[in-house]
Amino acid sequence: MQETNAFTTLLKRDFMVAFRHRNEIFNPLLFFSLVTLLFPLGIGPSPTLLQTIAPGILWVAALLAALLAADNLFRTDYEDGTLEQLVLSPQPLPLMVTAKVLAHWLVSAVPLLLLAPVLAVSFGLDAHAIGVAELTLLLGTPVLSFVGAIGVALTVSLKRSGMLLALLVLPLYVPVLIFGSNAIDTAAAGLPVSGQLYLLAALLVLAVTLAPVAIAAALRMSVSQ
Amino acid sequence: MIKTEAAPSNSGLFKLWYHRMASPVWFYRISGKLLPWLWALFAVLLVTGLYGGLVTAPADYQQGDSFRIIYVHVPAAWLSMFVYMVMAVSGAIALIWRIKLAEMVLVSCAPIGASFTFIALVTGSLWGKPMWGTWWVWDARMTSELILLFLYLGVIGLYSAIEDKRMASRAVAILALVGIVNIPIIHYSVEWWNTLHQGATVTKFDKPSIHIDMLIPLLLMAGAFKVFFAISLLLRTRNELLERELPRKWVKQLVEENDG
Amino acid sequence: MAEFFHMGGYALYVWSSIGITAVVLLLNVLLPLQKHREMLRRAADFHELEGGNHDTR
Repeated sequence: MQETNAFTTLLKRDFMVAFRHRNEIFNPLLFFSLVTLLFPLGIGPSPTLLQTIAPGILWVAALLAALLAADNLFRTDYEDGTLEQLVLSPQPLPLMVTAKVLAHWLVSAVPLLLLAPVLAVSFGLDAHAIGVAELTLLLGTPVLSFVGAIGVALTVSLKRSGMLLALLVLPLYVPVLIFGSNAIDTAAAGLPVSGQLYLLAALLVLAVTLAPVAIAAALRMSVSQ
Repeated sequence: MIKTEAAPSNSGLFKLWYHRMASPVWFYRISGKLLPWLWALFAVLLVTGLYGGLVTAPADYQQGDSFRIIYVHVPAAWLSMFVYMVMAVSGAIALIWRIKLAEMVLVSCAPIGASFTFIALVTGSLWGKPMWGTWWVWDARMTSELILLFLYLGVIGLYSAIEDKRMASRAVAILALVGIVNIPIIHYSVEWWNTLHQGATVTKFDKPSIHIDMLIPLLLMAGAFKVFFAISLLLRTRNELLERELPRKWVKQLVEENDG
Repeated sequence: MAEFFHMGGYALYVWSSIGITAVVLLLNVLLPLQKHREMLRRAADFHELEGGNHDTR
């Protein structure tokens, strides 16, 4: 009971903090749309070509936006000492970390889910494919948040960690990218996609159960420096 | 009470072994004695493997003499996976039992593993050119190997970025464990991705059956690479040990022995 | 002998594979050996300066 209380308190607190600094919500969103819209300019406006590459672009842009957003997941809490308090608190750290990642996902990825259909329409994807795209993003972005949080927890004590974070995290994003973009691709071709969605769901279950333990261990290490 | 006074039991022996394994001096001495033997074994395996692979093995009926690249490519690719496993296991030992030696083995593994991965990629590309007509195809194994290289580079980058080396070892241990959980998933997803998108590329890397005269040199070379890994690992771990324990008494004794 | 080096027309690929492998493996031994010498020198310097005042652990 006490754990649930602590969980919801932390969730609310992170939510409030994020709403006070609104750029945490808008930056990934802005980045996501900018990256996506650069592709037609770079490749040309041919509708058939854009339709073919749309799933890949959407997912690559989502990956990069998640990476960008992940950077300030623990940063301010580390700098003002909140993180140390959290590590020292009697509550189980993996659970607390889950609350933080969940709050971060709600703030940074859910707006992305709302914007994605608009971008998908501009690439000429049909309604069915857009629905599948939403589903893959719904299942896949939490995985990105959890896996990204491991990288952030390992590098939070470093001053310049941007490139290192990308090197640590992007290779681990590969399975989500593959299954996510392929599901949209397959849906656009009018074929069933339940297989890919199950695989993404499996990744999500794995990430939710295992990642918090790794994040907690990494945070303990980072805070003790 | 009576039980504890009984003769040294198995657990007592285990404790003795455990402390010895973790003792830096013991490791330094024993590895120094072991190295010449490993060098000798490496030389024998390498010479016989290379001779068998480059001279006595018959040319492949399809690929001609270009198949001989497997004698460096395949052992390097095998070792690139194996080293990551060794790294993750020592990472687990370092995190659970806090054995310093395991930390040093862990960080010493990364550059060697990256080297093997690099060799596998370059030789794979050199093999692909005459076989596929291009230097690179997005073949499942090559792509997995490329991702593996980035995983190794991540480990090396993280270790060098954190100043305090004990903290850095713990960070790297966590990263190695995260990596070992992810490698099968990445491998599977890349394989799956590749079969979906497969056009004209034919995987020439796995042959269903291999002639025995071709196989024996391959196994010898794989053995040679494994022994080489052990040699390089010992050399690096010894350095790491000296660096971290520089002020200790045993290092002073070592230096005095060297002078005398 | 010339035929051996010719590798059935694949000499470039086979020999450069083996050459690159040899260079990378050699580096994996030479660099640690060089560092080992440096470590021993540093250790000697350290204990010389320290005199008998070393850490007795």
